[in-house]
Amino acid sequence: MAVSEPLPKVKDSPEPKQPTLLHNGRWSGFTHLLAARMTELWREPEVMFWVFVFPLLLALGLGIAFRDKPADVTPVAIVAGSDAENTLAMLERSPEHSLIRAQIAERSVALKGFRLGKYDLVIEPGSAGEFHYVYDPARPESVLSRREVDDALQSAAGRKNPLTTATTVSSEPGSRYIDFLIPGLIGMNVMNAAMWGIGFALVDMRQRKLLKRFVGTPMRRSDFLTALASSRILLMFVEVGLLLGFGVFFFHMRVMGQWLSILLVGAFGALSFSGIGLLSASRAQKIETASGLMNLIMMPMWIFSGVFFSYERFPAVLHPFIKALPLTALNDALRATVLEGATLASQSGRLLVMAVWGVLSFLLALRVFRWT
Amino acid sequence: MPLAIQCRDLRKTYDGKVEAVRGLNLEIESGECFGLLGPNGAGKTTTIEILEGLLAPSSGQVTILGKTWESDARELRESMGISLQETRLAEKLTVRETIDLFASFYREPRLSDDVLEELQLSEKADAWVGKLSGGQRQRLAVATALVGNPKVLFLDEPTTGLDPQSRRQLWDIVRGFQKRGGTVLLTTHYMEEAERLCDRLAIIDHGQVIAEGTPAELIARLGGHHVVEFAASGEQNGASTEPWKALPGVESVQRDDDGGLVRLHVREPHLTVPALLDLIMRQNSHLLHLSTRQASLEDVFVRLTGRHLRED
Repeated sequence: MAVSEPLPKVKDSPEPKQPTLLHNGRWSGFTHLLAARMTELWREPEVMFWVFVFPLLLALGLGIAFRDKPADVTPVAIVAGSDAENTLAMLERSPEHSLIRAQIAERSVALKGFRLGKYDLVIEPGSAGEFHYVYDPARPESVLSRREVDDALQSAAGRKNPLTTATTVSSEPGSRYIDFLIPGLIGMNVMNAAMWGIGFALVDMRQRKLLKRFVGTPMRRSDFLTALASSRILLMFVEVGLLLGFGVFFFHMRVMGQWLSILLVGAFGALSFSGIGLLSASRAQKIETASGLMNLIMMPMWIFSGVFFSYERFPAVLHPFIKALPLTALNDALRATVLEGATLASQSGRLLVMAVWGVLSFLLALRVFRWT
Repeated sequence: MPLAIQCRDLRKTYDGKVEAVRGLNLEIESGECFGLLGPNGAGKTTTIEILEGLLAPSSGQVTILGKTWESDARELRESMGISLQETRLAEKLTVRETIDLFASFYREPRLSDDVLEELQLSEKADAWVGKLSGGQRQRLAVATALVGNPKVLFLDEPTTGLDPQSRRQLWDIVRGFQKRGGTVLLTTHYMEEAERLCDRLAIIDHGQVIAEGTPAELIARLGGHHVVEFAASGEQNGASTEPWKALPGVESVQRDDDGGLVRLHVREPHLTVPALLDLIMRQNSHLLHLSTRQASLEDVFVRLTGRHLRED
């Protein structure tokens, strides 16, 4: 009789549960990096201020300072004397009276006021009904004033013009200082935001050893850098939209070009400066090193690239160099598309300048980049 | 068992002068928890970062899971998880966002929820990283290493600066990973951690392995599992240790650098202690201090190098 023996008991050791796995696609790293970057920016109140609020305040301040004044009124002085009252009456009768503000003053007071810029012109009525003007040919407003006053007095005295002329008043949006300024501010803001945003983020991550931690994963390094640059482009859309929208609402700017073209020009700028930002922060271990370098790079562009005033004021021999700067190309292309409605194709030279700067610095940055 | 990590004659010289690692050899089997133990500046971090492929060695060979960094970097990264000494993760991302981000880099990562649960971070899933305690941050750092479902886990001083409870939590996590078949290489300068967590250890000093084996083997090499420490009046720094060496059951004698404390490594304290007391009495001096305890890795280290592991 066979006794069935119980099998020896295997020591109960539950097989540890093998983990459930996901499958990630090619772009999962890139999209997560981009989303993480945008989330971080969104949660950083200082960033929101510098990127969005500060440029608007700047545009507002400058826009108000340089807003269009009502038609220039020229202040003139009439030297006190027997014919002074009569002269004043003649000016007030003339069709140009709204453009002239005349005062009677003692000769010395009038001349002193003229020297100080209080008056644009001094009128000295002579005893025989003739007039003597004191004006300064080097002062445009003085030259203008002489012509206006002369016209006024002549027509008040009964001059008949041999020709019939008509004029149309034109102070349309599109040619004012604020129209020149807003595209420049957009360009400068795209540059500042891309350079600081990328430079600071990189140095900070390098200091935290986060870059080193990232390269310890299978993350593609180019994904990381392109995600950083892409975050700038997304922010750029918002910045450009805000500044341009601000110009339209507050200063009645007229946007002549297509918004899509304008945004694409902005995207070229953002890419260009992202590349330069990457390069300037590619090795720095300290924020001070990176910010010094970035200031050095941006300083010439703040001055030369026509942000606040046209670079046409610099000697012509400098123009080829100025036009080779990426911010000049961005500002020029923005002004052309915003103010003149230029097509993208017509801006291809400027877009090329930006692309070359961006691509070359991006490639160089990839080579010299320090991850640890 | 196949080797998970192997390195031969590893050397690293910084700037052509500082030799951080000088000819280091390691063989770590699959499924092992292996510890690199050594004082600060011994070359542990340099060694582990070379093995992680984050630093290039000046010379020497590294093979991980049968692959090398030169030819299979991407594959290797897919199959290992690392935790650096002091990484400060982005403070304004939440715990879950951070784990998701790291998961996105791997072809086949684990579910973030599973990792959160395993590392007891589920409750903190939506908290910003900046608001976590030291222990929680360290667990998150390990979570970012585990989310890629690695075969090999590198941990560089994972519990430095943590309170005892957080430390034990991390030990449990490491053991759990090992139970699923994973290989662990960790550095530490905590003796207790090395003794309780590691299957095998290499003690590193001045960039070289000075002893290797299981914790028990290393302690056994002292010649005795017990340590008798005493101080007696009249004992001076330069005095001979010969009389103590002659006591019954004493395997080796050591004198602390700075004082009169003498340390005897003994097999049988019940024979040694009475004889010791007798000898002190015959010398007309009296006992200032006496203690006996089990030998630890600290004793191994002091014995090998003449220094304490943590000189702080």
